[in-house]
Amino acid sequence: MVKFSVKDLNIWFGQIHALKSVNIEVEANEILSVIGPSNSGKTSFLRMLNRLNDLYPNFKMSGSLEFDNKDIRKIDIESLRKRVGMVFALPLPLPLSIFENVSYGVKMHGIKNRNKISEIVERSLKQAYLWDEVKDRLSVTAFKLSGGQQQRLCIARTLAVEPEVILFDEPCSGLDPISTAKVEEAMLKLKKDYTIVLVTNNVKQAARVGDRTAFFLSGELVELDKTEKIFTAPNDQRTDGYIRGKFG
Amino acid sequence: MRKFREFIIEKLILICGLASIFFVVLIFLFLTKEGLSVFKSVTPFNFLFGKSWYPISEPAQLGILPLIFGSLLVTLGAAIISIPIGVACAVYIAEIAPLKIKEALKAGIELLAAIPSVVLGFIGMVTLVPWIKSVFHLPTGLTALSGSIILAFMAMPTIVSIAEDALYSVPKSYKEGAFALGATHWQTIYRVLLPAASSGIVAAVMLGIGRVIGETMAVMMITGNAAVIPQSILVPVRTLTATIAAEMGEAVVGSEHYFALFAIGIVLFIMSFIINITADLFLHKRNR
Repeated sequence: MVKFSVKDLNIWFGQIHALKSVNIEVEANEILSVIGPSNSGKTSFLRMLNRLNDLYPNFKMSGSLEFDNKDIRKIDIESLRKRVGMVFALPLPLPLSIFENVSYGVKMHGIKNRNKISEIVERSLKQAYLWDEVKDRLSVTAFKLSGGQQQRLCIARTLAVEPEVILFDEPCSGLDPISTAKVEEAMLKLKKDYTIVLVTNNVKQAARVGDRTAFFLSGELVELDKTEKIFTAPNDQRTDGYIRGKFG
Repeated sequence: MRKFREFIIEKLILICGLASIFFVVLIFLFLTKEGLSVFKSVTPFNFLFGKSWYPISEPAQLGILPLIFGSLLVTLGAAIISIPIGVACAVYIAEIAPLKIKEALKAGIELLAAIPSVVLGFIGMVTLVPWIKSVFHLPTGLTALSGSIILAFMAMPTIVSIAEDALYSVPKSYKEGAFALGATHWQTIYRVLLPAASSGIVAAVMLGIGRVIGETMAVMMITGNAAVIPQSILVPVRTLTATIAAEMGEAVVGSEHYFALFAIGIVLFIMSFIINITADLFLHKRNR
């Protein structure tokens, strides 16, 4: 089943043409890794999927972008963002306790029953592999957690509102290798229930977790294929150059 | 030669730096010396809690409770008016207003801050005072309420500009994080931005109130200056500041009355000191 269908998508920020005629289909329950050097448009692409680019006043787009066969611009923006969650590069806990960070989105979407909320918080923290590390100190401020724990807290927060898709924007760029491994482990488990789009600067990470990999360069989608194919026999020599570390 | 110049400049800057502290200490010492003399003729308790202020009767009655109540009432009124409007204005400027309106509003706020207090008092006197008199059917429109309204205008620029600053300096990522969870704009403002900026907003409010409590000219012109303990917000009151300003000229140097005015100065000094310290604590909490 196709989750996102992107056809001939062009976007601009003022004069800057950030994405050029991009065509991609994101399948349900896959991990799609998106790689490319900085300024290649990979993050702009990701932020299209939950319409976070709309926050920029000079943003423009053309082409079509469908989510579950529906034009993304016709879906109510809050419910779109509830269904398409996002985890950012830097862990951004809100200035609240661990528990409140996770329950924040749940409450916002109208769930009031306390037992239900506690249940959701526990389940989400377990899914993000954080529960065992924090279960005794849920009322402590989230800033007391380590960077890796904060990032998993942000994953739990996103999971708590029960999205269908999770967008990861370079989720491990600020993390040490052990925390990175934990986040990747969580992603692989989550694949069963969620569709994941992962933007990463770490080519090896794309190889480790991605089912398919897309390579962006200067706003164009250069190549999109099964991850093994991209990393063993890419069609385009620019892809080859990038994954071998010749540029970027 | 160059070393010598360095030396001179360094010392000059040092002197400038010390000068401000030096003057504060000097002022404080002078104030204390003159002010404490009043306690030779009246006990601190009777001074602070005495209910009548008749400094030139025989014997003089130097109780400043009516003045303290006057100051607090006017300040409280001004706070109640200016805090909600000021914070809401800051939220609008920082978050909602389109760029052009934002610029216009900010310029307007700065202009408001630039109006001299005597002009505000004058405008209040000829417009607000008659209006209050006729709306509430009062014998006089010179009331605590008039003072509160005018002072609210004076506190507003401070509150708006500092609160706006605090909201603006909330990391943009908080906002994106909340949006990405599906929060509406209002939910983001209310549940994320305001709590994250809360210490800055509290500091803004405290500084605004600090300005109000020390304000003299406008309140003297429009609050009626009756030194009685106010029973409502619709009666004339006299503030600590207005008392000093009005009576200092006619008090005999070295008299009880003269010392009592200095002692009022100490009370005011302590009040605004406390407010400033509180504001400072909150500001630093934010930076930590």
